[in-house]
Amino acid sequence: MTQALHDLADYIMTVAPGLASRPVVANGELTIHCDTDVVIRLLTFLRDDTECDFRQLVDISGVDWPAREPRFDVVYHLLSHRQNHRIRVTLGTDEDTPVSSASAIFSAATWYEREVWDMYGVFFSEHPDLRRMLSDYGFEGHPLRKDFPVTGHVQVRYDEAQKRVVYEPVTLTQEFRNFDFVSPWDGTHQAPSGDEKVDGEGA
Amino acid sequence: MAETEIRNFTFNFGPQHPAAHGVLRLVVEMDGEIVERADPHIGLLHRGTEKLIEHKTYLQALPYFDRLDYVSTMAQEHCYSLAVENLLGIEVPERALYLRVLFDEITRILNHCLQISANAFDIGAMTPLLWLFEQRELLMEFYERASGARLHAAYVRPGGVHQDIPAGMDEDIMRWSEGFPRVLDDVEGLLTENRIWKQRNVDIGNVSTAEALDWGFSGPMLRSTGAAWDLRKAQPYAVYERLDFDIPVGRNGDCYDRYLVRMEEMRQSLRLIRQCVEQMPEGPVMVEDNKIAPPRRGKMKQSMEALIHHFKLYTEGYRVPAGETYAVVEAPKGEFGVYLVADGTNKPYRCKIRAPGFAHLQAIDFMSKGHQLADMVACIASMDVVFGEIDR
Repeated sequence: MTQALHDLADYIMTVAPGLASRPVVANGELTIHCDTDVVIRLLTFLRDDTECDFRQLVDISGVDWPAREPRFDVVYHLLSHRQNHRIRVTLGTDEDTPVSSASAIFSAATWYEREVWDMYGVFFSEHPDLRRMLSDYGFEGHPLRKDFPVTGHVQVRYDEAQKRVVYEPVTLTQEFRNFDFVSPWDGTHQAPSGDEKVDGEGA
Repeated sequence: MAETEIRNFTFNFGPQHPAAHGVLRLVVEMDGEIVERADPHIGLLHRGTEKLIEHKTYLQALPYFDRLDYVSTMAQEHCYSLAVENLLGIEVPERALYLRVLFDEITRILNHCLQISANAFDIGAMTPLLWLFEQRELLMEFYERASGARLHAAYVRPGGVHQDIPAGMDEDIMRWSEGFPRVLDDVEGLLTENRIWKQRNVDIGNVSTAEALDWGFSGPMLRSTGAAWDLRKAQPYAVYERLDFDIPVGRNGDCYDRYLVRMEEMRQSLRLIRQCVEQMPEGPVMVEDNKIAPPRRGKMKQSMEALIHHFKLYTEGYRVPAGETYAVVEAPKGEFGVYLVADGTNKPYRCKIRAPGFAHLQAIDFMSKGHQLADMVACIASMDVVFGEIDR
């Protein structure tokens, strides 16, 4: 299985040079990286080439790495029924760099990209209908970003006087508690002074 | 007579509508009786599962998977467990694999019982609902005996399953499996050749294989178009390789074929259940490694080390090495996937849930175009949408 993935990676790198880079096979899965400006060409190649034959776009997902430049990963999962293999295509982007929409080559991409836009604020150019997907009407912010608080910013309640549901800033009756259970002796990255066992044992 | 201007009519279907299967809000544009455009507004059941999982340890994240598609709970736990196990690189004991398959197939029957009865109910047949819900009740009893809960089981966990099934349960499952085909025959007797049922389902919501691939269909939705694709056969996990079963496929990809495929899948699941019970070996149901699996309660009363392990596992949890993986199972509704990114800590860095219903619901616009409103209801029902997994 792993050998087949290595062969596939070699094939893609030779037949479509310049489209894909950094092929990695890990945990029995193949990941290739691509640049934002060639993603449509790469996905079209992967779909139409008979050796690849990735006819189904299974999923598009975002990942946020706030400390990294560019900040976001957009991850495409493709599946080939005929060849019976999967591939993962990743690309890096940030808030200001739009990614070309794959909705013209895979209809399924329309909603997946709306979701990534909603959750991360990654903009997809030439998307037919880039509205929010899962969040509330009139919602602000992109909730799956790492700097978005897990409690959110607003809460709703039914107001008896106004006879409607009203939005208010979130109030917590108890402070949000985030327990850090990572143990003190191997949670810190530097060894406490005078602890000579750390180097010897590998903790 | 003066000419009158005829305009298309736009209205809301749901979110509070019994045939909306939960909280689907559809903005439908009608030209007379004919659906021109259907725009689903989803997210009314959005609970931020993926965000919450990022703030929980790997074990604490597991019960969220019961709350996605709440009629095929164990299949989703299985998928998440596979993802974590893949990153941890651990081997699950034999008996646990059989138990997982056993409950995956029980889950499939639970799900299809609900789908077929709800589908029939939407179209106007009430009796299948009463008959199949009785069977669901019996199956949920098996859930309860194994895990303690009828719905949100939290039974399949990374490393195996939570506990062994109680003594005698395998015989009860066998006894139940002898009676169940008769119920299926009865339901088929009511529906399969029923004139009204066929009028409402045949040639409604036709999908070709090419369209199904393009829209990301999987499971019975894809198989009804004639594509023999099942992850249990194509990319087998657990012990599916060793078991003997067939993949039913349809021909026309309409609502009627989807019904037939699901009906036959239940019979195949029954075969799998019987084989699992017969072949299941004795042995442990959880990995022996106490850095991942908690010690047994009895051991904790004797051993200091077991107590420490228990404390550490239920506070800090275990660390998962950095990496990413995409695990899939053939859930009753289709390909359920978990894309898990780990950063080496005790919490998932990112957990993307790939729900089959999300891709299916997206296609309602092209499936219902040109049909009448009542046929759109049949399409939604045959898609088997559950909003727990779509809205997440």
